[in-house]
Amino acid sequence: MQFDSFSSFIAMGGYGMYVWSSMLVTFIGLGALAIEAKWVRRTLKREAQAQQARAQRIQRAKRASTQ
Amino acid sequence: MWRWLHPYAKPEATYRLNQKLLPWFAVPGILLLVIGMVWALLFAPADYQQGESYRIIFVHVPAAFWSMGFYMGMAIAALSAVVWQIRTAEWAILAIAPIGAVLTFISLFTGAVWGKPMWGTWWEWDARLTAQLILFFLYLGVLALYAAFEDERTGAKAAGILTLIGTVNIPIIHYSVYWWNTLHQQSTISKAITRLEKPSMAPEMLWPLVVCIFAFMLVASALVLLRLNNEILKREVRRPWAQAELLEEKH
Amino acid sequence: MTPAVSIRTHMKALIQRDLRVAMRQRSDLLNPIIFLLVVVTLFPLGVGPEMNMLARIAPGVIWVSALLSALLGLERLFRDDFRDGALEQMLLMPLAVEWAVLAKIAVHWLLTAVPLLVLAPLLALLLNLPGEAWGALWLSLLLGTPVLSSIGAVGVALTVSLNKGGALLSLLLLPLLIPLLIFATAAVETAANGLSPAGPLALMGAITVLAVVLSPYAVHAALRVSVN
Repeated sequence: MQFDSFSSFIAMGGYGMYVWSSMLVTFIGLGALAIEAKWVRRTLKREAQAQQARAQRIQRAKRASTQ
Repeated sequence: MWRWLHPYAKPEATYRLNQKLLPWFAVPGILLLVIGMVWALLFAPADYQQGESYRIIFVHVPAAFWSMGFYMGMAIAALSAVVWQIRTAEWAILAIAPIGAVLTFISLFTGAVWGKPMWGTWWEWDARLTAQLILFFLYLGVLALYAAFEDERTGAKAAGILTLIGTVNIPIIHYSVYWWNTLHQQSTISKAITRLEKPSMAPEMLWPLVVCIFAFMLVASALVLLRLNNEILKREVRRPWAQAELLEEKH
Repeated sequence: MTPAVSIRTHMKALIQRDLRVAMRQRSDLLNPIIFLLVVVTLFPLGVGPEMNMLARIAPGVIWVSALLSALLGLERLFRDDFRDGALEQMLLMPLAVEWAVLAKIAVHWLLTAVPLLVLAPLLALLLNLPGEAWGALWLSLLLGTPVLSSIGAVGVALTVSLNKGGALLSLLLLPLLIPLLIFATAAVETAANGLSPAGPLALMGAITVLAVVLSPYAVHAALRVSVN
């Protein structure tokens, strides 16, 4: 362990601002890509559900009209 | 020889392969990233000249390294898309480009933030920084060209051609920027920093760096797989297999 | 099977046609050149009329202005032909499309670069470029403008089917033209310092050959995407 206390770990020998902002931007960048991928997947799932519901509605309507 | 590859031109087969591969990239990737970051931030010794500020290297170098690596991956996808008209390859270009752009941005940002305490300035027209900035513009160009077309198939093909042109140009750009930088050597700071980095790194610093480079590769590849599968599902959402795939998900 | 008409006759006919069409819209030809003159005039007004400083920035200013003015008129290369369908005809000709593309690039070069080459001494004069560098400036423009036309043709071919191509075109092309800018300004600067500009000029020559030889293939691929 290079640092003897948590505050010295945060301070990074006076360079804390630089080191931690780099880490922050890096992980926000990678995280944003992952979250965006999740969001797209969710909208696609909703689309699939809407299509399934629509197909079922059409089938019901067809059955009702033939009776 | 190439016959085994052929089924993967079919979107569904590629999707299934990607789903199978995804955990093999994501799980070790995140694990290695945690190990690498803890090692880099807590256990690696401070640099005798740069102090603790050098710890930026553990995100800066992997991002810069793979920003170039993923451009090459995108170029291979573009070649398959342009030459063999493989649609999954067209989507791979679109899956890789934003990730490459983010990696390039990370390397630029961390480079600037590292430059401030070391060189005394946020931006130095150092050859590597300049070449990286141009790479960023190339990524933006590919994304902008794709976005400009209403027909996404045309857009993807155009983006593929631009990627290939960029691939031919990257070595020329790199060479010219380095040449330009040696021509204008007024800044002694930039020379000092390149001299400073010359000696090979101590192994206790090098190993966490290697771990971080691997971790970035695995995590970014996992993101490519996620995005590529989204691109596939976007086009195939009306097909029964895609519907089944999306609907059987729990959450 | 031998083609009924040789490549040379085809190229000649294409070049003549393009020149005739261009001559009907002279303002399109003049505007980029006037733009270049105005931009170069703006620099002394912006940075101050001090002669030594102007001489120092002259190579960069002239070359950056030349790049920007080249982008201005570039769309004309394929836009009109795309709109009236002549481009589709060109892709169907019994001649390798690459030759036809080369003819178009040659016409574009004749119409944009030759005025620039004529104007170059005036620009050098306005910016107080040292006399030793005039030759290097002229040679760098002579070697560099074919690259502008041929790489520009690739960019235009990619964006020709878009209505809003202008700003996008600059975003695509300017990063690709950076090596050209670097070597061209370096050639003029070394000459201004009294050294031989042969090195950078030779590198520019290599880039010129590469661009002129390879770009027709890229243009062909891009046009096939743009013209569905």
